[in-house]
Amino acid sequence: MGWTKKVLRVNLSEGTAKAEPLNMEWAQDYLGQRGLATRYLVEEIDPQCDALGPDNKLIMTTGPLTGTCASTGGRYSVVTKSPLTGAVACSNSGGFIGAEMKNAGWDMIIFEGKAPSPVYLYVENESAQVIPADDLWGKSVWETDELLHKKHNDPQLRIACVGRSAEAGCLYSAIINDLHRAAGRSGVGTVMASKNLKAVAVRGTRGVSGIKDPMRFLKVTSEQKQVLAENAVTGQGLPAMGTQVLMNVINEVGAMPTRNMREVRFEGAHKISAEAMQEPRAGDGKPNLTTNAACFGCTIACGRISTVDKGHFTVQNKPEYWGNSGGLEYEAAWALGSDTGVDDLDCLTYVNFLCNEDGMDPISFGATVAAAMELYESGAIDSETTGGIELKFGSAEALAQATELTARGEGFGRDLGLGSKRLCEKYGRPELSMTVKGQEFPAYDPRGIQGMGLTYATSNRGACHLRSYTVASEILGIPEKTDPLETAGKPGLVKAFQDATAAVDSSGLCVFVTFAWTLENIAPQVDAACEGDWSAERLAEVGERVWNLERDFNNRAGLGKADDTLPRRLLEEGANVGPAEGKTSGLADMLPEYYELRGWAPDGTLTTQTRDRFGLPG
Amino acid sequence: MLKSLHIDPGKCTGCLQCEMACSYENTGVFNPSKSRIKVFTFHEAGRFVPYTCTQCDEAWCMEACPVDAIVINTLTGSKDVKADVCVGCKVCTIACPFGTINYDVDSGKVFKCDLCGGDPKCAEACPTDAITYIDAGATGMDRMRAWAEKTDNAASA
Repeated sequence: MGWTKKVLRVNLSEGTAKAEPLNMEWAQDYLGQRGLATRYLVEEIDPQCDALGPDNKLIMTTGPLTGTCASTGGRYSVVTKSPLTGAVACSNSGGFIGAEMKNAGWDMIIFEGKAPSPVYLYVENESAQVIPADDLWGKSVWETDELLHKKHNDPQLRIACVGRSAEAGCLYSAIINDLHRAAGRSGVGTVMASKNLKAVAVRGTRGVSGIKDPMRFLKVTSEQKQVLAENAVTGQGLPAMGTQVLMNVINEVGAMPTRNMREVRFEGAHKISAEAMQEPRAGDGKPNLTTNAACFGCTIACGRISTVDKGHFTVQNKPEYWGNSGGLEYEAAWALGSDTGVDDLDCLTYVNFLCNEDGMDPISFGATVAAAMELYESGAIDSETTGGIELKFGSAEALAQATELTARGEGFGRDLGLGSKRLCEKYGRPELSMTVKGQEFPAYDPRGIQGMGLTYATSNRGACHLRSYTVASEILGIPEKTDPLETAGKPGLVKAFQDATAAVDSSGLCVFVTFAWTLENIAPQVDAACEGDWSAERLAEVGERVWNLERDFNNRAGLGKADDTLPRRLLEEGANVGPAEGKTSGLADMLPEYYELRGWAPDGTLTTQTRDRFGLPG
Repeated sequence: MLKSLHIDPGKCTGCLQCEMACSYENTGVFNPSKSRIKVFTFHEAGRFVPYTCTQCDEAWCMEACPVDAIVINTLTGSKDVKADVCVGCKVCTIACPFGTINYDVDSGKVFKCDLCGGDPKCAEACPTDAITYIDAGATGMDRMRAWAEKTDNAASA
């Protein structure tokens, strides 16, 4: 079975929470999580609605393998319309709350309307209540977590909530669960706050039952865990080094976006890398990294748990930041570090703590600071605009100040909360925004890794590495090596990665398994758990259906071919050094072929044939 | 050879596979809330610590039980709850100094680790060997070996 077959529908305007059956016909077409929740969203909202208005809906959703013993089976996603991009948003998170939702008996929670004043949702198994949260509004994620645990006198309560940045309208606010795991991208936290929904607190003691073939499920999940354990990336690299294992690798190949993507190599990369996190610090003699950590059910355990040196300027006399918390992942280290030119590891760790404490996507935030630094150095803004911050590339002090302001929604932080696109437009230099569809780039320069240019341009949620991670093929040789500087063959590669990823994101598993698993490894696990016959081919078809459904939503929301592009800098200015020196993104060579492979018209809309092939809603 | 569960918190990543394996073995459902082994997260310290019954030789839970519902498994040395005898009085939960025997509100009985009859599923499920099932008389061997290596200065002499 896998699914609990139950949806909790919460009407925030009315303050009600009611159970309804999951649409099992859709579950057979869209599996769960990303796919299934998007199907609900398409059915229930107008794609042109105001993302921050009461007509938008916010869906917290698990997959059929969430809460089972399948490795990494603890994921949940948040699906809504994004205020940052105007496109569909789907942000995936680990931690423990996804499994807790499932243990409480829910596949999905749909929030609709808007509460007249701040509220939170409290779920204890079948019982769900919308409770006033006036006392929580204005509090950080960490304070909210502590207050709710105390109020309910339940240390086992799992909590997802928004921080002060979301309350202040920062357009890339995240929903943080379990203190430091994030449904991070596209401003899903901003949507949550716009509904006056501060937190979701869940306790589930019913468990996940009804696995279709339990003995086979135990056997195949155990076999596949062994595959993860024996793989060099998932068995050794990720547990030991985290995603930060990439810092030196990507820098070496000249695809490390640096100083707002003006350059492709960061001279300070080695100071903020996985290796640096393990070196004893000069100050207190301890390494930045304390240990690795797993999300629910994950046998990889790539998470980082870190500290900041008590003597570091960022935390002096601030004991609340002296303990361990979620440390730097590669994307955060890149955006907060390389892209801003800051090579101070403890500063980046502190800033990452703040992103968790007040719920901000560190990728979009770091990239927005980088754009602001370029605006500052080019004279488009000055210290009067920034409230006295000397916003120069490489300044750890400026980065720390900018983060404190944005996290709390104060002063120049309000400008930074607009995101790079709106910030650069506001100050008359739109070309300095390194975004696609209004969402900031992640940590791979598409001039040095050509497949990523097409990935970013066509991603259904704006620039993103988690929609088709062709880096795996182009740099790491997984599942097979392709030339990162070539555009030939990339449209097919991107499409295959996009479809497979959409299927993984709909299952309850983490996309990081794909360093070791293909859909051939995943299908037997889904098949043993879920009603229906689930082959790798069928999962790929589900992924392709999900991709087309998302694209169709975006087209209806007013996005189209003109939005499938990259900033001028990447299309016209060659990479400054490294293997890709002088090279620009060859997007124009790839896009038409990509549309053709997708079965889309030359203008990027779905043809009737494609629509019919996947049975998409009309 | 008598074996016991040996826990090395330094290796634990907090993934809860042990809790799922335990609950599945005992209830047929993946349900950490019914697990006999629990992993505790100490966030500030950055530590994950699995904890369960150590199967005391002089088991106070067993001594305290008024209906003799807790019995010794002679094969494994575990102290097992006989659910059909347990009356749910909870006196054992007061007697246990470690809190590792608990009341299940759904069944009205207490539950605790029974070493899965000699094949503990938590140890089998643990991906990092933080939980192992080893010779009960030599649980300190790994630590001894590590210290022995540190204190042996013959190599540098």
